Amino acid sequence: MSTVAFFVLSLVKCLIVLFILLTAVAYIQLAERKIVGRMQSRVGPTRVGPFGLLQPAADAVKFILKEDVTPDGAHKFLYILAPILAVVLALLSITVIPIGGTVTVFGIQTALQLTDINVGLLLILGVTSLGVYGVVLAGWSSNSKYSLLGALRGGSQMISYELALGLALIGPIMLAGTLSLRGIVEAQAHLHWFIVPEIVAFFIYLTAAFAETNRIPFDLPEAEGELGAGYHTEYSAMKFAMFFLAEYVNMITVSCVATLVFLGGWMGPLFGPTWLHMVLPTVYFIVKVCFFLFLYIWVRGTLPRFRYDQLMAFGWKVLVPLALANVMVTSLVVALR
Amino acid sequence: MNAETLAAHPALQRLVESVTTDRNEVTAAALRQNWRAVAEAMRQEGFDQLCDLTCVDWFPAEDRFQIVAQLHNTQTHAWLRIQTRCSAEAPAETLSTVWPAANWFEREVFDLFGVRFAGHPNLTRMLLPDAWEGHPLRKDYPVEGYR
Amino acid sequence: MATMIETPGVTVTQNEGAGGTGERSRNLILNMGPQHPSTHGVLRMVLELDGEVIVRATPDIGYLHTGIEKSAESKYYQQVVTLTDRIDYLAPLCNNLAYVLAVEKLLQLEIPRRAQWTRVMLAELTRLNSHLVWLGTHALDIGAMTVFLYCFREREELLKIFEMASGQRMMTSYFRVGGLALEPPLGLLERIENFISYFPDKIDEYEALLTKNSIWVGRTKDIGYISPADAVAWGVTGPCLRAVGLPLDLRKDSPYSSYNEFQFEVPTRTEGDVYARYLVRIAEMRESVKIVRQALEGMPEGAWKADAPGVTLPDRDQMKFSIESLIYHFKIVTEGFNVPAGQVYHAIEGPRGQMGYYITSDGGPKPYRCHMRSASFANLQALPKMIEGRLLADVVAIIGSIDIVLGDVDR
Repeated sequence: MSTVAFFVLSLVKCLIVLFILLTAVAYIQLAERKIVGRMQSRVGPTRVGPFGLLQPAADAVKFILKEDVTPDGAHKFLYILAPILAVVLALLSITVIPIGGTVTVFGIQTALQLTDINVGLLLILGVTSLGVYGVVLAGWSSNSKYSLLGALRGGSQMISYELALGLALIGPIMLAGTLSLRGIVEAQAHLHWFIVPEIVAFFIYLTAAFAETNRIPFDLPEAEGELGAGYHTEYSAMKFAMFFLAEYVNMITVSCVATLVFLGGWMGPLFGPTWLHMVLPTVYFIVKVCFFLFLYIWVRGTLPRFRYDQLMAFGWKVLVPLALANVMVTSLVVALR
Repeated sequence: MNAETLAAHPALQRLVESVTTDRNEVTAAALRQNWRAVAEAMRQEGFDQLCDLTCVDWFPAEDRFQIVAQLHNTQTHAWLRIQTRCSAEAPAETLSTVWPAANWFEREVFDLFGVRFAGHPNLTRMLLPDAWEGHPLRKDYPVEGYR
Repeated sequence: MATMIETPGVTVTQNEGAGGTGERSRNLILNMGPQHPSTHGVLRMVLELDGEVIVRATPDIGYLHTGIEKSAESKYYQQVVTLTDRIDYLAPLCNNLAYVLAVEKLLQLEIPRRAQWTRVMLAELTRLNSHLVWLGTHALDIGAMTVFLYCFREREELLKIFEMASGQRMMTSYFRVGGLALEPPLGLLERIENFISYFPDKIDEYEALLTKNSIWVGRTKDIGYISPADAVAWGVTGPCLRAVGLPLDLRKDSPYSSYNEFQFEVPTRTEGDVYARYLVRIAEMRESVKIVRQALEGMPEGAWKADAPGVTLPDRDQMKFSIESLIYHFKIVTEGFNVPAGQVYHAIEGPRGQMGYYITSDGGPKPYRCHMRSASFANLQALPKMIEGRLLADVVAIIGSIDIVLGDVDR
């Protein structure tokens, strides 16, 4: 493949992924409102379009048209940088996520992935760690005590749970013997889904992922009961929308990683004609990701919120030791095998 | 403790001006200088809960403010009302040292009537803004306010 | 960036460290409210924070002060009823009840049993209504959003019941001096019966979401403790007082409006924390259901207002045939009724605690002085005692647990 063709192909794939991702965010958000609404004996949005299907469009228009407020005394540069950072970092981690095997479109064979680097998982962990900068800078620069407290909480929470998250992933990595996400999925094709041997790691990952994405019951940085909206209290219009976007993209990312690492990615029974063989893996992948996203929404409809110190205690005293123990047991098993 | 035995109580007899029973409610009227002593005696007597403390403005009478406190005995469920008269110039003593609950009730009376309480720890406006002029619950304050 | 950036917007106070050790501490002053989602209206708390720990808490009230006591002095006795709705707007019928009982005590009026029982029944439904709003908002503060909407689902039916009786969902003004405003409409008892039949299951539903939920227990247990001695001394009443182990309930201790004819328990806990208050209120809801059920089963027949021509409004159909009725109606509406001089204090057990009315009459048709002793006001006073030394996140849990209504605090 020539360099030009590579660039064109990458650009096309980038645009497709961006488009799909943004639409997905919009509709996950609609789905959340609908599903939580049903759980809470409400109906959710119904007015814009059939079944409220155009609600995300209306929201987007609203976000663009709203007045963009910068509080007095805010540190302008960082105040603007923070949401950009949040959204860019969130989008960056999606680049290494494969959503299916290889396909041939118009005679070009390509992997359903923006780029397959051999340390994909490491990149994701690294980039999501950087995500905390968006939170901390937003809280610090917006000249509000609520934001500052939210940022303090967000910073410590994300750093603490990062650890458990990373440790939980080590088990599957050892079993697969690679850091490439594609490699991990293919390793599961030979063995079995890693959720079976790594069930403990799976639950640690799941819990830490909730904390990592600041969702209930770990939504302390934006605990509206105490802190207004936490680190993004002062943000409005598109800047607020960017935080919003980042949160949902992060949700998708961690769901994708959970699917790839624990649920066998796009693996599933294949049948039917050749074209179905091409489509089915992606369908399996999307279904599995949706399962995780539904879990997010379901938990939101059920649980109250942790308290800050309880959350930290839970992270450091329960999750991290458990994850370490899991790493040890797994390494022992791998060594003996 | 029924109304009669309460009215005949020695501490009350000694400290208060009059004890009346009206509509099955006992009211002990104390002189201003005895106000805190009466409260303390009644606290000793078992009236451990101060339910309410407020004021009535009998403008234009002399000693126009009547401070009224409702006491409740949480053991015997007896009720007692103690009251005294004072003026803006000659305040009564605070009861917040006897029952901490009196603190806010007295601040409210200060805010709305302009009655002071000697020895109150934090006598500041509470319901109205600090810069409010006048004391609305006084009878010489028009209902619609000063215009 | 070369220049150092000062942390923006952070007020730092310099004061001596606790215990006078001479240590300098830097505390953050945080203004919570009056516009804040979890201060249940317009309460403002000035919090001094050391990290996330509260060093000092100062409630600042008055943002909803509407001068109701002053307004009451310029209204006829029957007009004040409408003002009482607006004090504790979550328990309007309990306010009505406390007020009319105080005036009836001044008038020495006998109320027919049917009116008394209806009052008890509706007051208990009001308690349910108030507790449902409390549970919903309390759970919402702690992050359990679903409970909030479940509670409001049941509350909706209660509001419809109130609307059926009085024509109003919230500002009911249904209890009047001498009885009720209107005869209870046909079908009201059936509707209440229907509600009562399914409501206990709904309480189970809320409890399934919260009572044994370890996050909920972790957020509420051993938090906001107040000792029994402190609680009594600070004038704390209602469920907050019963949660420290004191079985004080005016419905039992100083029965009014024929509460002595009903069998019910006074639930208490001894822990004195947020969780105990939660359990007490949940148990109270079940007791209220019992009282309403007894009222439905034994509802007496007869008059729904006292036979006191100068005080209660005459029947509409009477007025078409009887000149006396017409005259009475005209006189009561235009110039009120005179109330013998004297002073009374009548307290009832409202959903939040002791709701007392102190009324002084000078013999005229308007109250000379009408003071409302509200439970929220006294309970709020004890709030700093529960908060200080706790974490910021506990503040919302504790405020929720004492169940204040700012209309009730500020009047």
